[in-house]
Amino acid sequence: MKLRPSSIAVHAVLIAGAAATLAPLLWMLSASFMTPGSASSLPIKLLPIPATLGNYVDLFTRLDIARSFANSVIITTLATLSSVVINAMAGYAFGKLIFPGRDRMFRGLTLALVVPAQVAMLPLFLFLRELGLVNTYIGALIPYMSSVFGIFLIRQYVLSVPDELLDAARIDGAGELRIFWTIVLPIIKPILVTLATFTFLSAWNDFMWPLIILSDSAKYTLPVALASLSGEHILDAELMMAGSMLTVLPALGAFLVFQKSYIQGIMSGSVKG
Amino acid sequence: MTDRITRQQSRAAAWLLLPALALIGLFFVIPVIAGLLLSFTDFDIYSISAPQAARFVGLENYRQVLAWPQLWQAMRNTMYFVVVGAPISVLVSLGAALLLNSPGIRLRGLFRTIYFAPVVTPLVAIAIVWRYLYHPRYGLLNNFIDNIGLSPIDWLGDPQWAMPAIILVAIWKNFGYNMIIFTAGLQTIPRELFEAAAVDGANAWWRFRHVTVPGLKPTFLFVGVTTMIGYFQLFAEPYIMTQGGPLGSTRSLILLMYEEGFRWWRMGIASTIAVILFAMTLIGTLVQLQLARRNS
Repeated sequence: MKLRPSSIAVHAVLIAGAAATLAPLLWMLSASFMTPGSASSLPIKLLPIPATLGNYVDLFTRLDIARSFANSVIITTLATLSSVVINAMAGYAFGKLIFPGRDRMFRGLTLALVVPAQVAMLPLFLFLRELGLVNTYIGALIPYMSSVFGIFLIRQYVLSVPDELLDAARIDGAGELRIFWTIVLPIIKPILVTLATFTFLSAWNDFMWPLIILSDSAKYTLPVALASLSGEHILDAELMMAGSMLTVLPALGAFLVFQKSYIQGIMSGSVKG
Repeated sequence: MTDRITRQQSRAAAWLLLPALALIGLFFVIPVIAGLLLSFTDFDIYSISAPQAARFVGLENYRQVLAWPQLWQAMRNTMYFVVVGAPISVLVSLGAALLLNSPGIRLRGLFRTIYFAPVVTPLVAIAIVWRYLYHPRYGLLNNFIDNIGLSPIDWLGDPQWAMPAIILVAIWKNFGYNMIIFTAGLQTIPRELFEAAAVDGANAWWRFRHVTVPGLKPTFLFVGVTTMIGYFQLFAEPYIMTQGGPLGSTRSLILLMYEEGFRWWRMGIASTIAVILFAMTLIGTLVQLQLARRNS
């Protein structure tokens, strides 16, 4: 198959776009292996020659980045698990169970989507402070444990589960909670993966809430630790790029593994929502 | 029988909904209402240890804040970011979606993955990377500009350029998201419409104008509202890249709220700023809904 001129032009634009999209990420990768000072010198260096692992070693030995990494892993894991379980329960109830006030309640939830989370942040901080949850993992993961978006996502998917399946189980005498646990959960597994990916990424990447609720540097998540390092080490571009790499890689990795269900989740959320 | 089932379902629903609704109620709905109330109090650093000492001051915070040049500057900066940044970003997303959906593209999936990658990267890391890319002497961007014969720009140091620089980062980071939504929207337009137009001899622009754009109307509304809401919440980019400077030219409303609330502990004032932002978001959403209704 030969390419027509117009098609060559389209491909040229696509390649230029891809280059512009990748350039910052590739520079981050490259600079993270450069020797101190060489990312801030003229003429500009694009490749790390000579290459060094020193920046990564420094992060772990001198700057204790492993602790922040562990904090991020713990908070993100707990957030993801609880979000999947809690939103699946609510999403199923809104999608398939009949109870008084269901639709009114669900419409009420949609209103929450236009309220910026920041309006809640100040009182939430004061509230958690009263409860002694400032500087704790629980305080940091509370906003991700349940979300209107997550409930929407699950409900949308649950609507496609055939009613006959549930009714048959009811006639067999299965209780409602058992139906949810043994029949519904296995069927809706694909959307659970999508929701898990969403929650993982938003909890891993989030900055403002952990910045507010975690004041002790021993509890910092990676983005907060990175932001605080970037204040003191503004001149160490190579070191900061290594830290950025460590923060970016788990997110990028999770996306590449779960890309399909993640992107389908965005599409289904937009077409019907 | 049916009555018993309904009762059982109601009971099951109550248990299934309890955790989610309790969490959302306790940690979102109540704080939002409390935020509104807080904006009518003089809650400050002294109230932190003794919340009962905070007094109700009516609209005093609003009067104080609205007489404050810093607030108006933060409002202008936020509006600049929203009104210039969001539409450009939507157009870039649309362009990318149209290119990727044109027939005969090789490696379509690879391009899509690359364009989407910045969306999932942590904003903090990205803001730090771009701060170096924007460095006036050693930054990649000025070197590129120098190579094509233009004069270098002090991206983050010049009040004229700092906000455009932040908009560029935001577009680079976000356009992949709406690209996916436009792709989903494009797939809902029936193929036959394009084919019929092509048979009638309509050129590509006519097809875009009269088939694609009307077909994407619901998508435009969704993308417009969600992107605008997101852009109103500008925070991490200026926090990391400029600390709101130079000369306050990138201090957004949320950054101002953060500084007031968590640096100076003026929670009453900070809540007032949050409520103002909420009002702006709401007005923006209603305007878009109205425009969409008038257009259909």
